[in-house]
Amino acid sequence: MSAPRTSRRAGAISGLNLVAGLVMVAAMLLPIYWAVVTSLKTLQQSYAIPSSLVPPTPTLSAYSEVLHTQGGALLTSLIIAVGSTLLSLLIAVPAAHALANFRFRVTGLVTLVLLVTQTIPGIVLGISFFKIFAEIHLLNSYLGLIIADSTYCVPFDILVIRAFMMGLPHELLEAAYVDGATLLGSLVRIVLPLSRPAILAAALFSFLFSWGDFLFALTLNTSGNVIPMSLSIYQYLGEYTSQWPELMAAAIFAAIPSAILLVLVQRGIRGGIATAGLKG
Amino acid sequence: MFLLPAIIYILALFVYPIAYNILLSVRQSSVIGLLQNTASFVGLTNYRVAVTNPALPGVIAHTAIFMAGSLVVQFGVGFLMAMFFTQRFPLSGLLRSLILIPWLLPGVVTGLILRLMFDPNSGMINQVLSDVGMIHRPIEWLTDTHLALPVVVLANIWIGIPFNMLLLHGGLQDIPKELYEAARVDGAGRLRTFRSITVPVMRPVIAVVLVLGFIYTLKAFDIVIILTGGGPINATQLLSTWTYTLSFTNLDFGQGAAVGTLMMLISLICALGYVRSYRGELRR
Repeated sequence: MSAPRTSRRAGAISGLNLVAGLVMVAAMLLPIYWAVVTSLKTLQQSYAIPSSLVPPTPTLSAYSEVLHTQGGALLTSLIIAVGSTLLSLLIAVPAAHALANFRFRVTGLVTLVLLVTQTIPGIVLGISFFKIFAEIHLLNSYLGLIIADSTYCVPFDILVIRAFMMGLPHELLEAAYVDGATLLGSLVRIVLPLSRPAILAAALFSFLFSWGDFLFALTLNTSGNVIPMSLSIYQYLGEYTSQWPELMAAAIFAAIPSAILLVLVQRGIRGGIATAGLKG
Repeated sequence: MFLLPAIIYILALFVYPIAYNILLSVRQSSVIGLLQNTASFVGLTNYRVAVTNPALPGVIAHTAIFMAGSLVVQFGVGFLMAMFFTQRFPLSGLLRSLILIPWLLPGVVTGLILRLMFDPNSGMINQVLSDVGMIHRPIEWLTDTHLALPVVVLANIWIGIPFNMLLLHGGLQDIPKELYEAARVDGAGRLRTFRSITVPVMRPVIAVVLVLGFIYTLKAFDIVIILTGGGPINATQLLSTWTYTLSFTNLDFGQGAAVGTLMMLISLICALGYVRSYRGELRR
């Protein structure tokens, strides 16, 4: 077979693959396309027949309406997600360091328990948290939701950061101890800077888990004092079932962190999940 | 001492609540007990009541259909897509990341977007069907007792495909190219190569993907609540949503805790499989 013919054939195959790949992406993203189109329509256009596959008169009025009515919920979600991310890292980073760099009798057991926690159905925790939080006055509070949401993150963070730390050269730590560094000093000055990529990835996912929480927001609220975006959307859906342009604008606001995450960790994503398993 | 905060955390936020849940399930704690705080020990009564609840057979059947349908389709399609994306072609990396979007979205957003897709009036499906003249009055996808469950399964598959594809693609990438070349030299066809190389080498990854899929599908909650709330007339009530309904709608926390404990038991059995396959994955 002559060289040009081979490359022409390879070119044709890769062109066909590109078309097939585009079709797959289009099929998977069709609902999202419809969501964006609907968010740019007026209410009448959203249910008009014959339908319009592109917005006839694109308008951002649904977005400004949502920003007006749901702005508070967005802020609440932001506070809870940031709080939960920080709390999770505060617990996870030292633990990951201990599990990666020292051997205790409990190391194996802790790792096992961390894996098992991923299997607990959220609703089981939700029921218990509801009863326990009622007794210690954590229902309807930011702190309560921050603590509850952190249960999505802590096991995941520990496993991801630990896996990364185990790949770091052990000699660095030993050299630090020889030079008289304390345990805390070596964690802060050596392990932390080296583990930045893993900690950053864990932080991003923690933010996303907590931002997206619906179950705890739903179960740990009785008064409506602390309403994050997910719960706000659910309540809005209950009241105005067919206000689709506004519901979709709200959904798109709620999806912003996912979009940012997709761009940021496009490459780092794989290792993390293979080691820890993901998303409750 | 670095481990201490994590150990306290696990005890306080995983071990204690689970113990509390089990305790709750063996006590009389309906509304009256809740108000007077006089819940007394009732043994396995809550379990007996849950097992004889006329809704239970339906809930188990829906959960089984939901899980089997989701797992089979998302794994099958995910595997095919993963194999497809091991080929190199222009934009393949970008397209592969774009497919992850449905899985990265918060559950409420996914649920909402799909609820719009299947909305009788504003949904794309009904609008396109009526544009081309295939239907003359809107199909009530989510309020029809026969259609609702298949739609909910489809919704879950939409999230599951990217997840399965991601993990399987990772596994496929790790297969040494030399294996395939050796097979080609030996004159093995595509099917033979798939059966004798891809599947055996991928076995640990496949185990992890299926076990994780099982656990997440059993836990699925957000999209079902948003799409149907377990309705119409319990047609899409799953173990997870039923646990919620028993506890927070009927305010019978003892019943909810009993069903929740049973769910946990199913999960735990599967978790043993998860840990075993995880160990296998590490050893590889």
